[in-house]
Amino acid sequence: MTRAVRLELNGVEVAAVAEGGENLLTLLRERLGDTSPKAGCLQGTCGACTVLVDGEPVLACLMLAEAADGKRVTTVRGLADGPRLHPLQEAFMDGFAAQCGFCTPGMLVAAKALLDREPRPTREQVIEAIAGNVCRCTGYTPIVEAVLEAARRMAGRRG
Amino acid sequence: MAKHRGRGIASVNYPIGMNLGGDPSQALVHATPTGKFVVTLSSIDLGQGMKSVTRQLAAETLGVPIEDVFVDTADSDTGPHCMGSFASRGTHRAGNAVIAAAKEAKEVLLEVAAEELEVDPKDLELDGRGNVQVKGAPSRAISVRDVAQRAHFKRGKSISGRGMFLVPPSDVDPETGEMNPVTTYAHACMVAEVEVDDETGEVTVLSLKAAYEIGRALNVKLVEQQLVGGAWMGISHALYETPEPYYPDRSHGPTDFNEYLMPGPGDMCPVEIELLERPALDGPYGAKGIGEMCATPPIPAIANAIFDAVGVRITEMPFTPEKILRALDAKAGR
Amino acid sequence: MRIRKELFADERDDDLRLVGRPVRRQDIEGHVTGRSTFFADHPVSGLLHLRCVRSTEHHARIRSIDTTAAERVPGVRRILRWADLPKKAHNILTIFNFGIDDEPALADGKVRYLGEPIVAVLAENPRAAAEAVAKVRVDYDPLPAVFDVEEALKPGAPLVNEYIGRNWFRYWGDYDCQQIRFGDVEAALRSADLVVSGRYQMSPIEHAPLETNGCIVVPAEDGRFTVYTCTQGLFFSLDNTAAQLKIESNRLHFIGGTVGGGFGGKVDTVVEPLAVLAAMLTGRPVRYVFSRAEEMQVSSPRGAERIYIEDGVMRDGRIVARKIIHYHDAGAYSRLSTYGTIKSAAHHPGPYYIPNVWVDSWCVFTNRTPSSAMRGFGVTGGDFALESHMDVVARAIGMDPMEFRIVNAYRDGDMKAHRKLTQGAALIECVQVAAELAGWPLSEEARRASSRVGGGGERARIPPTPQSRTRAPAAAGRGEPLRAGVGEARRGMTPPPSWTGGQPATAPAAAEPGRREPPLRESERREPPSEPPRSGSGHGAIRFSSVFGSRRR
Ligand code: FES
Ligand code: FES
Repeated sequence: MTRAVRLELNGVEVAAVAEGGENLLTLLRERLGDTSPKAGCLQGTCGACTVLVDGEPVLACLMLAEAADGKRVTTVRGLADGPRLHPLQEAFMDGFAAQCGFCTPGMLVAAKALLDREPRPTREQVIEAIAGNVCRCTGYTPIVEAVLEAARRMAGRRG
Repeated sequence: MAKHRGRGIASVNYPIGMNLGGDPSQALVHATPTGKFVVTLSSIDLGQGMKSVTRQLAAETLGVPIEDVFVDTADSDTGPHCMGSFASRGTHRAGNAVIAAAKEAKEVLLEVAAEELEVDPKDLELDGRGNVQVKGAPSRAISVRDVAQRAHFKRGKSISGRGMFLVPPSDVDPETGEMNPVTTYAHACMVAEVEVDDETGEVTVLSLKAAYEIGRALNVKLVEQQLVGGAWMGISHALYETPEPYYPDRSHGPTDFNEYLMPGPGDMCPVEIELLERPALDGPYGAKGIGEMCATPPIPAIANAIFDAVGVRITEMPFTPEKILRALDAKAGR
Repeated sequence: MRIRKELFADERDDDLRLVGRPVRRQDIEGHVTGRSTFFADHPVSGLLHLRCVRSTEHHARIRSIDTTAAERVPGVRRILRWADLPKKAHNILTIFNFGIDDEPALADGKVRYLGEPIVAVLAENPRAAAEAVAKVRVDYDPLPAVFDVEEALKPGAPLVNEYIGRNWFRYWGDYDCQQIRFGDVEAALRSADLVVSGRYQMSPIEHAPLETNGCIVVPAEDGRFTVYTCTQGLFFSLDNTAAQLKIESNRLHFIGGTVGGGFGGKVDTVVEPLAVLAAMLTGRPVRYVFSRAEEMQVSSPRGAERIYIEDGVMRDGRIVARKIIHYHDAGAYSRLSTYGTIKSAAHHPGPYYIPNVWVDSWCVFTNRTPSSAMRGFGVTGGDFALESHMDVVARAIGMDPMEFRIVNAYRDGDMKAHRKLTQGAALIECVQVAAELAGWPLSEEARRASSRVGGGGERARIPPTPQSRTRAPAAAGRGEPLRAGVGEARRGMTPPPSWTGGQPATAPAAAEPGRREPPLRESERREPPSEPPRSGSGHGAIRFSSVFGSRRR
């Protein structure tokens, strides 16, 4: 059973045909060519596949592709504003918050969801927001610092 | 029932590169017609920063700005052989190969520049901003871009270099074990402070303080990435991780990240590190490798801190609450 | 993070432009924009998906494999078996003429660990592959299994790996373990003020890279195959794949280098050979990626290690003897454990000057997932043991643990147990700086100590060392001979001599299927070396024979 799925991916209307039972991660990576969300476990336990669906962080490996029909999906590729990177991306670059980079797209998307909701998060809120994202390389400290730094920079820009 | 604090230390060394040597790495460096440089390798970047550290080494050796160098790696049709990224060998082995290749390329660059400026190549130097100049007379200069243009289109010279590095292989005497395992060692000493809850058996690492002697920090932030990430992994190894929780029994093996335990972002303690640099005689600008040793010292340091805190010696990794409680029971004669 | 530039300043050229600077990573922009291309990110259409049927037994003979139902699953294109393999058994170090081809890429009629691949299903989509895998029926004849290194060395233990022919790897032709012999350990233990023993155990550890092992193979121009891979050693995996498939290496084009974490878990070259073979046999692109569960339970972990240490120490804090028996649990196949075992022996006795050192480092086979390299290979387990033991010994003699380390630290010019002179030592300085950081008081003497002073001289000497070859128990780990025709001669690349060392260039005797050991002469018969030294301390306790190295009868 195949099904047509139409959605808005990073601001662009797209459509693809999904197999019955196919998850959103496969739809994004294989049918829509956005390989930025990563398949770290396909079990919902690593967070590498995190995307935003209508602004909410979602594990794309656990969501049926057809459930995204008609929704707004944001991956890390949708974070930048044209050539201008998102302050989170800048802060990750400056703060050496990625090593292998495999967790980075999911981390950034999870952090984006937090900052959208809570522009001035505490350290505890940052930790909670990324608690479902596994990183095997960094020891998390630089990631937490980078998210806090991005929030500070964004507050500075607004203020 | 109470929480007890303790401190433990560990001091270690770490051998750099494959045991017994014989593990080569190669590099190619060439200039484009406009004086930019490409480093071609087959070495692997698995997060440790291979592309970045070799880029820095090439730019340092060539004497050009970092932006003028890019590293292209890991295509077996273009990159020359490298044994691989393991055994803390990348920086040391591939780094040396890149330096050798960059030196050879630089020689041609200076030769062509010397012809253009009509001086002896020995009197030339690079200013690090994209120019070749006469030592002591910076007004007599030519840009690297112009040198590359002349080399390509006027003089027919390839500004390129090949580099290879090999620690000669060592034999082993089977009886005595006489051998030459490696040429250089990195060093570290760590103090772990922990809190042990004698009711739950839980261990909280409060801080890690360490000195690492790494020959030379080629990029201090890349070093920090390894040492902090490695400290986290060491804590994880010490307290949480194993795919066989009842080794040697094979049962209860975890199959996902909910069962395979590792510390989360909220469990990481402050890590305070100072670096020492005693250059390796055969290291790239003296550098050693730190990719592996960083995960080691936390394990014994934490074991020793647990003993310091509650007086039980946990001799089996990982130091789970179950093992600690059983040991406390045994100590109390329960 | 501060750099203590004042230390060793005279040995360093500080006139560098870029070295040391925190230059941004070249790959960081790709990482934060999701544009870095990992192996699985290469767009390839028309893929077949490979998935393995895995053993549900720890150790069993396979009576039969029934794939009829699996073949009928829509979308299934082919099922690979052992008979399809061009090379029937392989080890990744034999391309350097080291070790023994001891592992079939698909089960050879027997399984030796839980999760061992038996057949490989190729299907149009992952779901069909999974369905077919579930429908393959394997009929097992279970065999007794052994899970403990010391059990595996006992007489009568089930034989794990017939290609090896015994439950331990034999080094340099005729040595049952990797030895270090330096000085007269037994005499030194007898004359020590105190003897302190300990037993330490490291359980296996999973690499858990966030990206699991995998590759994508695409049939390309001119009979070649492009392999997108996450290997940690590009040519190492390429050459091993070619060797296993018995094809010229230039038919393979490996592309990788952007890897989602490795930690040593992406060296074994487990996925590439099967995937390339599948592409060769079907003419289709093939994708073979480990599930997270496979990564955790089937991909090789850091192996378990068990370490016995016996130290002889003087009241003033000097360690005068250190005797170590170090067991590496290789699991069912060698992979890189044969190498790691030598490395562990070379690493002992740690960064200390000890005038009498004995090491027996064993590579032992058991019925568990084959282990292999991981971050700190050959060192991590040993350092856990050594540094825990240093704490035990320091407490036993009532000495501050920092001071104890400085007293024993190696210094420039000291002879190491593997008989090379120490140079570039810096342990003492690390201890001093760490003590400072932690506010740990050191005596004036400890603060003044230097790695550059006090070494060499008498400490550069190689002490007289009695000969002593450790023997495994005569009948340990012997089993039925392997059926004929399975063992295979090794093919070689030009070997770097390091891999051959003292070993004859021809395959060692153990590679010959079913070869029986000549009986040991009576004088060589020993009990298992596996018995732990008794803990506790005692002046001059004689527990080991200094002549033959094993416990006396
Ligand atoms: S891939 Fe979705 S949570 Fe791991
Ligand atoms: S950077 Fe490698 S998993 Fe996070």
